Amino acid sequence: MENSTLITIEALKKHFLTMSGRFTALNGIDLTIGKAEFTGVVGPSGSGKTTLLNIIGSLDSPSEGRAVVLGQSISDLNVKQAALLRRSRLGFIFQSYNLLPVYTVFENVEFPLLLLRFDDSQRRRMVMDSLEWLGLTDKAKSKPAQLSGGECQRVAIARAMVKKPEIVLADEPTANLDAANSHHILKTMVQLNKEFNTTFIFATHDDKVIGYLRRKISLIDGKVAKDEFTNN
Amino acid sequence: MIRFLLRGILRDKQRSLLPVVIVIIGVMLTVFLFCWLRGILNDSIELNARFNAGHVKIMTAAYAKNVDQIPNDLALIGVDTLLTKLKKEFPDMKWGQRIHFGGLIDAPDSKGETRAQGPAVGFGIDMLSGDHSEIERFNLEKSLRRGRLPVHSREILMSEEFSRKLKVNPGDTVTLIGSTMNGSMAMSNYTVSGTIVFGTGPMDQGSVIVDLKDVRNALDMDNAAGEIVGYLKDNYYDEEKIGQVVARFNRLFPVSNDEYAPVIITLRQQNSLGDMIDEIKGIGAFAVFIFVLSMSLVLWNAGLLGGLRRYPEFGIRLAIGEDYSHIYKTMIYESILIGLIGSFIGTSIGLLISLYMQKHGLDLSSMLKNATILMPAVFHTQITSAAFFIGFIPGLLSTVIGTMLSGIGIYKRKTAQLFKELEA
Ligand SMILES: Nc1ncnc2c1ncn2[C@@H]1O[C@H](COP(=O)(O)OP(=O)(O)OP(=O)(O)O)[C@@H](O)[C@H]1O
Ligand SMILES: [Mg+2]
Repeated sequence: MENSTLITIEALKKHFLTMSGRFTALNGIDLTIGKAEFTGVVGPSGSGKTTLLNIIGSLDSPSEGRAVVLGQSISDLNVKQAALLRRSRLGFIFQSYNLLPVYTVFENVEFPLLLLRFDDSQRRRMVMDSLEWLGLTDKAKSKPAQLSGGECQRVAIARAMVKKPEIVLADEPTANLDAANSHHILKTMVQLNKEFNTTFIFATHDDKVIGYLRRKISLIDGKVAKDEFTNN
Repeated sequence: MIRFLLRGILRDKQRSLLPVVIVIIGVMLTVFLFCWLRGILNDSIELNARFNAGHVKIMTAAYAKNVDQIPNDLALIGVDTLLTKLKKEFPDMKWGQRIHFGGLIDAPDSKGETRAQGPAVGFGIDMLSGDHSEIERFNLEKSLRRGRLPVHSREILMSEEFSRKLKVNPGDTVTLIGSTMNGSMAMSNYTVSGTIVFGTGPMDQGSVIVDLKDVRNALDMDNAAGEIVGYLKDNYYDEEKIGQVVARFNRLFPVSNDEYAPVIITLRQQNSLGDMIDEIKGIGAFAVFIFVLSMSLVLWNAGLLGGLRRYPEFGIRLAIGEDYSHIYKTMIYESILIGLIGSFIGTSIGLLISLYMQKHGLDLSSMLKNATILMPAVFHTQITSAAFFIGFIPGLLSTVIGTMLSGIGIYKRKTAQLFKELEA
């Protein structure tokens, strides 16, 4: 199952220019990530987890080395091509949900489909499907402000999943959630991963998340310190 | 997609109502100020036009040269035929004949001896023919302080201040001592019918107003008039139309060497009114410019802040895969929409207020009691065609430019950077 490669990272380095000079956040990463993986990048704060996820997600670009995602080299993409990649093949989940507050749950989930120009009836069907996977059908008309944190994060997952992307990138998705909600959404994500063969990549230091991972990539100071498969 | 974004704007009051209200207020103020300045300019012109200059004034060439001395010996003669011709040739104009004169007003005691005396500036205007135009131009009905307007021949109106100085009341008799057209002394008696206050310093000091016919009799000026004033029928001084009138007049009455031939002079050419017009126009334009500029800054800022406030939203939209240029475009469309709606409503409200003040005026006469220049005490606005557009400069242009500039920020920042702001 986990054989075809979706992501290839070679000698990846990322430098940031700061006040005090050049800071190297990623310092020579080599990785491949395959289809339907349920993988986590773990490590202490500042180890470069978010930076790595941002590059995979084409929100940022490598300083040195290569990151090839779904056949496309991130450094070679212009902003339009990067947007197209995100729009059509990647899903994002953030720590702080990042829902659009003026829109209903339905509309938040609908938004990616609007960008992909699905027609009315297709959108409706896909959004309702996605809300059903996440158990949110009865919340379709609610606004984010009326939902609990756990529900908000489920909406964010529904939004990431609605277009059935090949890769979902989740940066600390449980950091704002209590244990029960964390387990709930993690179980849901495991299910979606199995059902649709979607690759999930987490950035986290939450043990609850780590408990569900099938592969754990440990970063320390911008380098891969350990890369282990577990028995989940 | 567009519907989706519109729904968002409408639901987010900070994005719709607030900026629209800011734009409305800014545009409204701009339009109103603009109309007000135009109104002041216009009122000042009209005031001078009504009492003195006309939109155009016809005199003999010789009279025109010495107009300050009121040289009635150089007055126009054969006025009836001239007026008939003017009325026929210029159907868009209204004409009135006037005789200015200087003299002494003598107030006698019961025995007929001089009790008090004072120099007067006199206006001979038509008050008794049944045509009310001159009465209206001088605003006599509203300016009346005591007594009534003349209804019979040999009645005289005096300015209130002058009547108090001479201790004369309505019903009293006064004697006007002047000189005839031929230079001999003229004395004639009048009954004071009423007193007037014009609300403009110079006119309120020593003026008397007598019916034109009485003046003609008294000064031996049969069928003569010092000047014929002409007004455009809609009462607004319009330099272009006046230019046409002048050109036509000069074709009908070619300039000759005859000192007594009629010549036409525009409002602009009299009493340095032209300079005043230009000056007020200049000041007005400058004030409007400053105001439009500051309103522009405010609205520009509002557009800028509105854009900055939405960086998180843009971050999310970018992550979901919308591209920069699309976000930027929607942002601009949004601001155009808001600018248009705001400018439209703001202009409408501004024009409505201006329209009200154009009709009813704002009376500041108590504040302007001591003014000595011929300036209106009741402020009117004037709506010109420019008033319909001026508000769109700050309302639309500035809002959109402000948004454009704030939007450039999203290009400048790296995508990941927008996220840092988002997560913060
Ligand atoms: N835009 C940037 N400019 C300068 N330094 C940056 C920038 N982004 C990240 N860094 C630095 O790079 C290092 C790695 O950051 P990163 O956000 O990837 O860490 P992380 O592993 O996600 O940490 P955390 O667990 O706290 O989220 C940090 O030291 C951070 O300060
Ligand atoms: Mg992080």
